[in-house]
Amino acid sequence: MGGVRTAGDLVLRMQLSHKMKINEAKKYVAEKLNVTLEELCDVVTMSEVREELGLGLGHVEPCAEANIGMEAKFRIAELLGIKINSVERFKERAGMK
Amino acid sequence: MQEKKYFTRMGDGSIVHMTEAEIREDMKAGMEDAVLRGKVEPLTDEEFEHLYNIITMPGTIVGVEPGMQIVTTSDSGSDKINTKCGIPVDRAVNAMIHERILGCDSVDIGYSDYNYKTVKGVAKREATILKHALNRTTMPLFYGAMPNLGFYTKPDGPVDNWAVLLPEGKIKESLAAQEEAVEHAVRDIVYVAEQMYDVGADGINLDTSGAAGDADFLVSLKATEAIKERFPDLNVEIGMAGEFVLGMHGKLKYDDVRLAGLYPHKQVKLAEKAGASIFGPVVNTNCNMTFPWNIARVCTFIKACTAVAEIPVHANTGMGVCGVPMCENLPADIVSRVDKALVEICKIDGL
Repeated sequence: MGGVRTAGDLVLRMQLSHKMKINEAKKYVAEKLNVTLEELCDVVTMSEVREELGLGLGHVEPCAEANIGMEAKFRIAELLGIKINSVERFKERAGMK
Repeated sequence: MQEKKYFTRMGDGSIVHMTEAEIREDMKAGMEDAVLRGKVEPLTDEEFEHLYNIITMPGTIVGVEPGMQIVTTSDSGSDKINTKCGIPVDRAVNAMIHERILGCDSVDIGYSDYNYKTVKGVAKREATILKHALNRTTMPLFYGAMPNLGFYTKPDGPVDNWAVLLPEGKIKESLAAQEEAVEHAVRDIVYVAEQMYDVGADGINLDTSGAAGDADFLVSLKATEAIKERFPDLNVEIGMAGEFVLGMHGKLKYDDVRLAGLYPHKQVKLAEKAGASIFGPVVNTNCNMTFPWNIARVCTFIKACTAVAEIPVHANTGMGVCGVPMCENLPADIVSRVDKALVEICKIDGL
């Protein structure tokens, strides 16, 4: 799907955590992001959506808003309503939980 | 006027030109072979025509309609740039390259000697690399390796070699050796999984399952069950080695189902039962047959698998499987046709 260029990483997370088939996973993520299925797979639309929501991008220009890696995964877990193991470990080891 | 011939390839990747009649004849033969071996339904007339159009459509690269894209998982993904291209890159950096340059939806961190027995001894160091990668990437990361049951045989492993015992007629000893090896392998996989869970892995990839036969497949099923019991949040992908499970043992069962001889549509039900999140079926590419023969056969098998699957199916489309030619440098004309056929005809959930 293009991973962080679109929403492939998010769709795959729903397959992994909830064993959703592809159409169900895409629909779930599209609804959370308020985009169409066509837009969900579109690099131009999704770059804007991801930048706005801080969900991580393929390009990382040096600016304060450019989330990537752990900080993006914190937001993804919240947006999708799922547990991300690395986020949970980070919280535990940073004394956040 | 000479009849039009279409550019396509043999299963070994070499170029061949075929007429419409030749293509259709090979497609029919490939499909019938799958029906016969797998006892599955043939493609419908509509699917058959759609597949013919995919095989013969103009263009070096073909694709799906916008919005129909699917996701990808990998095997030894983060080590391919090192081992296949000879470019020395740290595996955590490799994962970032897969994310931000190649646009992958996930990747797995794996050791260059891609098996759990070897990884066991360096599991904590492997987990450190995975942790580095997890801190710096956004997409899901697996830790991956093969169960590779053959590595548990003497002289490198603890049990007698069943491939030596069988020709000597020592059947009982051969069966016992395989059963003992299963226990060793499951223990190693769960130990490695524990280290990876401890640093926050999104999933464990049990790749090339069944490579050493039914006992090898049993390892993946039992290991998945154990992982899900101990670490419910750690997700498991089971990827297969071949299209049917080789009966090296012959009597092994899981959930009261004999493993030897199972094809993908039966394998996936056991993967589900064990608790896997994703199943990766394989159909072997026959080098001596044409792409039309191979892909029709592939689509017949994989369609039967996705039709019964309740978990996502990620078809294996690397070198030598699911219609992709058996050659090191893969031709995009065939690979993209394989992907399109699998998405549009077989309704797969990922690659």
